[in-house]
Amino acid sequence: MSSSETAVIGRSAVPRARSTDPGRARGHEREAGKTARRLGLRFLALGYLLALLGAPVAMIFYRTFEHGLAPVWNAVTQPNAMHAFWLSVELVAIVVPLNTIFGIGIALLIERGRFRGKWLLGLILDLPFAISPVVVGLSLVLVYGRAGWFGDWLSAHGIQVIFSIPGMVLATAFVSLPFVARETVPVLHELGTDAEQAAATLGANAWQTFRKVTLPAIRWGVVYGVVLTTARALGEFGAVSIVSGRLEGQTQTLPLYVQDRFENFDTTGAYAAAVVLALLAFATLLGMNLLAKRTRRDEVV
Amino acid sequence: MAIEVHNVSKRFGEFVALDDVSVTVRDGALMALLGPSGGGKSTLLRIIAGLETPDEGSVSIGGQDVTHAPARTRGVGFVFQHYAPFKHMTVYDNVAFGLTVRRAPKDEVKERVEELLGLVRLDGLAKRYPSQLSGGQLQRMALARALAPRPEVLLLDEPFGALDVQVRGELREWLRRLHEEIHVTTIFVTHDQEEAMDVAGQIVVMNGGRVEQTGTPHELYEHPSNEFVMSFVGPVNRLGDALLRPHDIHILGSGQDLYSDGSAVEALVRRVVHLGFEVRVELTLPDGRDVWAQVTRETASELELAEGQILAARLPPPRIFA
Amino acid sequence: MSPEPASQALAPSAIGGQGRRGLSFGRRARDRPGRGGPDGIGDGRLRGRAGTALGAGLLGVYLSVLVLLPIAALLDSATKGGTSAFWHAVSSPEAVAALKLTLIVSAIVVAINAVFGTLIAWVLVRDEFPGKSVVNALIDLPFALPTVVAGVVLLALYGKGGPTGIDITFTRAAVGLALLFVTLPFVVRSVQPVLLELDGSMEEAASSLGAGGLTVFRRIVLPNLTPAILSGAALSFARALGEFGSVVLISGNLPFKTEVGSVYIFNQVENDNVSAAASVSVVLLVFALIVLGGMTWLSRRGSRHVL
Repeated sequence: MSSSETAVIGRSAVPRARSTDPGRARGHEREAGKTARRLGLRFLALGYLLALLGAPVAMIFYRTFEHGLAPVWNAVTQPNAMHAFWLSVELVAIVVPLNTIFGIGIALLIERGRFRGKWLLGLILDLPFAISPVVVGLSLVLVYGRAGWFGDWLSAHGIQVIFSIPGMVLATAFVSLPFVARETVPVLHELGTDAEQAAATLGANAWQTFRKVTLPAIRWGVVYGVVLTTARALGEFGAVSIVSGRLEGQTQTLPLYVQDRFENFDTTGAYAAAVVLALLAFATLLGMNLLAKRTRRDEVV
Repeated sequence: MAIEVHNVSKRFGEFVALDDVSVTVRDGALMALLGPSGGGKSTLLRIIAGLETPDEGSVSIGGQDVTHAPARTRGVGFVFQHYAPFKHMTVYDNVAFGLTVRRAPKDEVKERVEELLGLVRLDGLAKRYPSQLSGGQLQRMALARALAPRPEVLLLDEPFGALDVQVRGELREWLRRLHEEIHVTTIFVTHDQEEAMDVAGQIVVMNGGRVEQTGTPHELYEHPSNEFVMSFVGPVNRLGDALLRPHDIHILGSGQDLYSDGSAVEALVRRVVHLGFEVRVELTLPDGRDVWAQVTRETASELELAEGQILAARLPPPRIFA
Repeated sequence: MSPEPASQALAPSAIGGQGRRGLSFGRRARDRPGRGGPDGIGDGRLRGRAGTALGAGLLGVYLSVLVLLPIAALLDSATKGGTSAFWHAVSSPEAVAALKLTLIVSAIVVAINAVFGTLIAWVLVRDEFPGKSVVNALIDLPFALPTVVAGVVLLALYGKGGPTGIDITFTRAAVGLALLFVTLPFVVRSVQPVLLELDGSMEEAASSLGAGGLTVFRRIVLPNLTPAILSGAALSFARALGEFGSVVLISGNLPFKTEVGSVYIFNQVENDNVSAAASVSVVLLVFALIVLGGMTWLSRRGSRHVL
């Protein structure tokens, strides 16, 4: 098909008939058959999503607010809840910039560097997807815990990693490590080195080239990666659970707080905190969707 | 199988792809749908195939109304511009597809596939995958695949557009000979007038969703019914409202006697371009307008054509379409 | 030739949301189109050697502190007591039960995901209905939502006192449900971009050759989707194997009944059986890596003629 016809028609696997001719009964039967199948598939898919995703989420919002806003506000402003919230925010504020900077670095090494052992970088980037968060926590304890490799040295210098913020930072950073790198690598790849080489011939040094040429080109990929990192860091549970000791009011993040309230049969408190996290998740979704379009546009350029 | 298209219209949103189009294709004909991109030719082809349904009008194949029949029931072989190979299947499985879908017995399938692969000269490549074939080979595979289930009608959508010039020429010739052998009613879409004139017995010229003219290549060239057809089917000079064919402009030579019968005018030779087999002479007429004439190499050397010469040229009676 | 489709869920899909990219490990640059340097991978552009060396060094320290040392310590702890201690830890009845449960439920969940994930991707790409873009955005919810919240959310509807009357708390079904929830996006996001790029003329060709809708799907569409489905399934499986947060609340963690591998490890750590925990951890991790690697390899093999 000529390109302009394709542009207008678009891609349609199932020819969509729109006949205005009334007298073709047989034809319409066939149309009906096709439509029935399409509707059937649609309802099956949407039904599954409703049962698995939609209804439970709706239920939680309903249950949380069914007695009004006041009890929810109350639960959310409890000192332990507030502490948990700010602790989560603090962790995110530390981990996300770290993983962003190092993530870009990893991506640069993979796409612009020349050395053996790139496979190791790839493996490191894939590891957080294969490893259970609980195992992450365990492995950190084995290095930085009192009985761990650095246990003695750390105690001698009065540094507390496990059961304290630094350990939680490590745990959160581990599980959220790959996202910025994984989003940046393909963008860097598509970008190619032409522009960077041009900058070099014009006299720019490495840092200038990076700042003025590379970074602007990859920024949407990076931002998208940052959104994913934030979501992952905020929601981390298993690794932080092991590493933090879950001390109420001290080392409880918001997800840990949800579990704590739940186990103490304080469903209002648990639901309220869960809803806060869910709202943050929706904000993340919004970010992801808005940015996905941007990233694609940049890649096409 | 004859094909009859009656008063077919088709819109895609705001865009009118076909506007009251009627075409008749004789049984066993080899017909071209010719026209510029976006003119509706591919849409018409797809409607005949059953890949689109018309908003108005009817289509019948072999006397049977098929306007709303789905593609798979029409017995039509379709060859796509970019071949649409089943990339995950071997060449053999591609060609066999139309047969296996009808649950033909295995040995029958084998026989037919081998016959066709031999016909398109792809034997030996049966186990290859489309990703391992060249453009020309893919197109031949697409043809074999379309022909395998013995369709009553063969439709080709810009079949040679994506190929190199030389391969294109070979396949053109090949299609013509194939048609002579198999005599299946064949329609192909092209925007290349040379291709249409070379291959087809009948040409339908389409533009903007309408049929401009139907006829043999000769008829279209010698007796175009409007400006569009004339300028699309061959080279033209435009002088005001009139159209002239370059090879109808005769350069007589230099000599006062040539002007005696009043039919010749003075023309200044602006540029002489030797295109190998023909010579293109760009002229400026006394009234300042520019035309170009097409002369043979012999004429060019006889007249010793050169830039700056002033020669007598006889213009043909202009064709003006009201 | 039809335009070269994105390899295995590479670019974010045009509708929105991220295409889960599959493994980075082992992927060579020539798998993807791009304008890299002469060797297609890097051209050693990293000049400013001192700065680069410092940056790379810092990165190395970061990765060591964060990943390499802990993994090394894990392996060390698992093998501390030699093969016998390792074997003892891994073959304890409770450990075996936990691992078995994890494997079986994960496999079932992945199979369900393969089917429903493809279905959902199909509907999102090929169908039109009001609110489609919202539905499409929501597919990523299990990814954005903290796992513990997922557990709470599922309990609200399917647990004690929920409106449906179903109570799945403390059952294996609960484990399955939680895993279905958290692994939902993987197959969908893997299949969507491939489906988008799929050359519609292949389906039309099949149609013109006499194939009905189901046949076209079975013989044309599905084989072209299989690599993406496998890729998404691999990620699903790895995720399901290690899932903790959503399962721990909803399943009750009853040993031999609803205790999954990750919970078992957690309990061992709480009880200070660190070495045993490490041993089982290594088994779980190795299994996940093997499955991931294997399915990805299969997926790449399946697409060798198609891409």
